[in-house]
Amino acid sequence: MDKTQITGFLEFVYDFYKSMKAHEISLVYEGEITHQITKAFTSLTESNMAKEEEPNSVQKKVFHVMIECLQNISKHADNFGSDDFLFAGRGIFMVSKSADEYHVTTGNVIENSKMKELGEILDNINGLDKEGLKQLYKTQMKEGRLSEKGGAGLGFIDIARKTGRKLEYHFLPIDHETHFFVLTSSISRTE
Amino acid sequence: MDTIKIMGTDDTPTVILDAENEVFEISGRSLPEDVTAFYDPILAWLDDYSSSPCPKTVFTFKLVYFNTASSKLLLDILMKLEQMSEDGHDVLVRWYYPEDDEDMQEAGEEYSDIVDVPFEAVSYNL
Repeated sequence: MDKTQITGFLEFVYDFYKSMKAHEISLVYEGEITHQITKAFTSLTESNMAKEEEPNSVQKKVFHVMIECLQNISKHADNFGSDDFLFAGRGIFMVSKSADEYHVTTGNVIENSKMKELGEILDNINGLDKEGLKQLYKTQMKEGRLSEKGGAGLGFIDIARKTGRKLEYHFLPIDHETHFFVLTSSISRTE
Repeated sequence: MDTIKIMGTDDTPTVILDAENEVFEISGRSLPEDVTAFYDPILAWLDDYSSSPCPKTVFTFKLVYFNTASSKLLLDILMKLEQMSEDGHDVLVRWYYPEDDEDMQEAGEEYSDIVDVPFEAVSYNL
């Protein structure tokens, strides 16, 4: 790298650092989400929350949401041609904090052909109240089959139930075949 | 009949299935990398066991965390216990939950709504 490149890169690093601080991002990752990574991230976040003496119930909720979000990516993120069981989906994963909430954000590439169905699943969940979510969870557990990769279609319902919020999601166009799917879950720190 | 004894880890529960000593228990955390591979031997064991069970089967669930993929397999276990109960065997499910953990308490209530098997919820102090 010549001098201007190095300067540009250092500026990027410093800006990146500053925005992480400004948004209180405690974890950001892009890459394959494996089981080992899931375990490492959850235990890191657990110990951070314990240090900050977050209430137990908040810690548990964040843990639940993180696990389901990470497993969504590892099992469902599009793998473009790889049918390998051991393939770990990849995506971006982020944990941030504000004065009264934790935010768990995931982003991954999704094929256009799967967008409609995913959107419908999420909208259906968002249209239900507490009792409706409970019923849907029960039905899905009884009637749903485990997919080859171990997904039971329960993750999103669980996130909605644990956070008590609507699932906040967006599809951003990438190219003619794919979109970037972003899901942000917020967990109240005050309950 | 063989005994299953699996020591728990940070992502798999402790499992004891011991017909001779009448201990049937799943406890700890359940988020195995491959839920099916983890629970298949347990379900197979229950299939064997249900052909000639003990006079009374008290099955203990004492979990502190399970992911949604595990929740489906836990239901499969409960449905096997339900079948045993329907076949006229004496079965009781004891669902332990930490006293301050409403979610785990509610999870037990939901399971007891789905399966028709004698069900006892027990709170405990961590």
